[in-house]
Amino acid sequence: MTDALSSQIAHLYRRAGFSATQAEVADGAARGYAATVELLLDPAKTDAVSVPDPAVDYSTYAAVETVEERKARNKIRQEQRRNTIEWWLEKMVVSDRSATEKLTLFWHDHFATSIEKVDTAILMFEQNKTLRRLGSGRFEDLVQAVAKDGAMMVWLDSNKNTNRKPNENFGRELMELFTIGIGNYTDADVREAARSFAGWRFSPTGGFDVKLKLADVGSKTLLGQTGAFTGEQVISMLSNSAAAAKFITTKMWRFFAFPAPGDHPAIVELSAGFVRDFDIAKLHKAIFLHPAFQTTEARQGLVKQPVEWIVGICRQLGIKPSSLTLMKPNLVQSCARLNQELFAPPSVGGWPDNGYWISTATALARLQIALAIAGNADLSWLTGANATQRLDVIAKKLAIDGWSNSTANAIKAASNPRQQLAAALASPEYVLN
Amino acid sequence: MTISQHHEPEDMMAPGISRRSFMRALGLTSAAAASVPVIGSAIGAPAAGAKTAQRTTTSASAATSASAAASANGDGILVMLTLYGGNDGLNTVVPYSDSAYLSGRAELALRDTDILALDSSFALNGSLKRVKGLWDQRKVAIVQGVGYPNPNRSHFRSMDIWQTARPEEFTNTGWLGRWHDATGPDPLRMVNLGTSLPRFMAGTKGSGAALNPGKLTLPGGAVGEATLTELGRGSANQTLGPLGARIAASNADLVRTKTTFAPILNASQATGGGGSTNLEGGGAAGGEYVAGLTRDLQEVSLLIRAGAPTRVYGVALGGFDTHAAERDQHARLLGYVDQAVATFYDEVSKHPNGQKVTLVIYSEFGRRVIANGSNGTDHGTAGPVIVVGPQVKGGFYGQPSSLTDLDQGDLKFTTDFRSVYATVLGQTLGIDPAAALGKTYPALGFL
Repeated sequence: MTDALSSQIAHLYRRAGFSATQAEVADGAARGYAATVELLLDPAKTDAVSVPDPAVDYSTYAAVETVEERKARNKIRQEQRRNTIEWWLEKMVVSDRSATEKLTLFWHDHFATSIEKVDTAILMFEQNKTLRRLGSGRFEDLVQAVAKDGAMMVWLDSNKNTNRKPNENFGRELMELFTIGIGNYTDADVREAARSFAGWRFSPTGGFDVKLKLADVGSKTLLGQTGAFTGEQVISMLSNSAAAAKFITTKMWRFFAFPAPGDHPAIVELSAGFVRDFDIAKLHKAIFLHPAFQTTEARQGLVKQPVEWIVGICRQLGIKPSSLTLMKPNLVQSCARLNQELFAPPSVGGWPDNGYWISTATALARLQIALAIAGNADLSWLTGANATQRLDVIAKKLAIDGWSNSTANAIKAASNPRQQLAAALASPEYVLN
Repeated sequence: MTISQHHEPEDMMAPGISRRSFMRALGLTSAAAASVPVIGSAIGAPAAGAKTAQRTTTSASAATSASAAASANGDGILVMLTLYGGNDGLNTVVPYSDSAYLSGRAELALRDTDILALDSSFALNGSLKRVKGLWDQRKVAIVQGVGYPNPNRSHFRSMDIWQTARPEEFTNTGWLGRWHDATGPDPLRMVNLGTSLPRFMAGTKGSGAALNPGKLTLPGGAVGEATLTELGRGSANQTLGPLGARIAASNADLVRTKTTFAPILNASQATGGGGSTNLEGGGAAGGEYVAGLTRDLQEVSLLIRAGAPTRVYGVALGGFDTHAAERDQHARLLGYVDQAVATFYDEVSKHPNGQKVTLVIYSEFGRRVIANGSNGTDHGTAGPVIVVGPQVKGGFYGQPSSLTDLDQGDLKFTTDFRSVYATVLGQTLGIDPAAALGKTYPALGFL
């Protein structure tokens, strides 16, 4: 069994970043818990490992005339979409700022925008860079930037919102999903907010712009206030409200710690801090330093999202995703089989948690993918161990405290190192986050 | 949070078992249906009869109830087709002669060649050609104005309400998950096509199975099966926590599912391989484009015809959130529905095992009466529920919502969605609907 501090470090890495390597656990145990939190989240540290940008461009943005042109364009779109997913998976695995990648994944899930409608991969890539750049700053700055982001403006039809008959899509989700949450606004508020975003336009060449002819400069009444609010003013009002502080704190707690209602003492406490300055980096760090983060409820409270599971495996086994492009299924396909395609969340609500990832279909896909990855990994660390040592060797490699009887039996029943490792990767202990 | 229990293999679940003996084992063949109150009857001319639909039901109910008991005695199979995103009910079942529709929808209004008239007031969207053929055979029921009090225009909350059937509170269980819990949880009895399970299947005692279309083969052969079996034993292990136990149980459920379903699925060439990666996804089968929904329903049809013990199936199609450029997208999506549902109906209705299949099509809400400025529609409220099946008594049910007497620009509901559920729980699944719905709702006469 693992000592308590190493176990806490492993838990920290799984949640703040992705599953820790043995070296990271050893380093954290020597450094201490709080110092490891500082190291992982230090905003002054930048990524020392560079991953080349994906090959994406605006060539597929324009309309096409013929069927042939459409076919050719769709082929390029698919390619660029794949490039973008491969780029991010690689970055998540090799980055030495894995907490930044994890926080970017949180914001991607929060401002859930899908390439299924956006179509143009470079817009998704640009949004991703915005989420990474502003994701640990002041909340309002992030929301203002995402509202004017090209992918978002296509995704929620801001690009089509006019003063004559406003389109409510963005205004509604801004309140319901991005800032204050359901129960804190009325349908009348949605309609008024939609008016304030009329005339907002994005184009690849011109960037963001407000077309005054299509804008609505009239007086609006929302959330009990009246004025000729612009879209920016509405965002400012929403992003700096007490409701937003509570909503965002709850959402981050649920993602990084465990699902809890908004009145959970930890959330109430952290929210009271966040409402003072809306400093995301401070809230982010406070979550991992909160005592409730290390409770059993937290440690057994989340199932790994498929991307977390796959990226964690690659980190721990020392595999670069770019070295597995010929694997069947490859990692992009593997994520899709487990129902989580990056840049394609199932809806604007993002990916559901926990139960969404548990089914007979994911059980099948996990073992299949685990066998494929284990078959492509260097297992010399395992083949040298005798049968009785292997349970411990695998647990250490995967930063798991220990195995339940059923998992130990599953590992023992497997006939070779590859199958033994796959059994461990598919186990409840490892699938829990 | 829920905990799935590990299910020991039982002889009665062996492949090849008849559905009837399976249900007898579960004590489900008693005719609970007979006690279900029935209101509403098929209305030939809904525009004229609409106002009286709910009030004249007492006299109609006796006859409807008697014939329903004879035809649908609770041992049926229910297929729920969920349309995610908020299907535009007014452009699905089109009030084509209503001036409020024509003016409110302007360019988005469907007329003439866009529609298939059902009577002098209503028409189906022109994409629903084959469904119209089934309507002509009286195998399609359209329940109009279906919704719930205090409508919520959030996709997520409103879909939660439809799938949990608890508008007043937040709950973790779905209405069919509660049926599953109450009647003996077993992954073979409730199956969703897709990688994840929908909310309406969530229970507390066990889980339904999730199947991707195509062959069902366990990875790693016999060793893989042994791995899954051993991992599955962790479902009783308290130290893993509730989620860990559920993960373990999903392995055991997979082995159980494979034992029963693989012989059926792997013997067939009918379905293409691979999991669908999104709700709209399609795939190539035999070189021909097959929409994901068609492929999913083909798999359901295959299982039904082979006598699988499954009583409830879930399938879905997404993309109905048509805020902009609605006409083409909506027509394309309804075209998928038309192809998938009609092909499914044609297959199961010709087979002895398919005689008691009922398919219900619903969405989380309809859309605003007045179109927005982007040739689309924003989130609305009530909409039609469409029911298809060999036992269905075709026609209109419920009362169409007025297009002029609106609530904040949206339709007022006339039929509570739980009446639709009560009808299929009683007539198709054969249990007292209150077991899943908490209280009694008047059933409708479409079964």
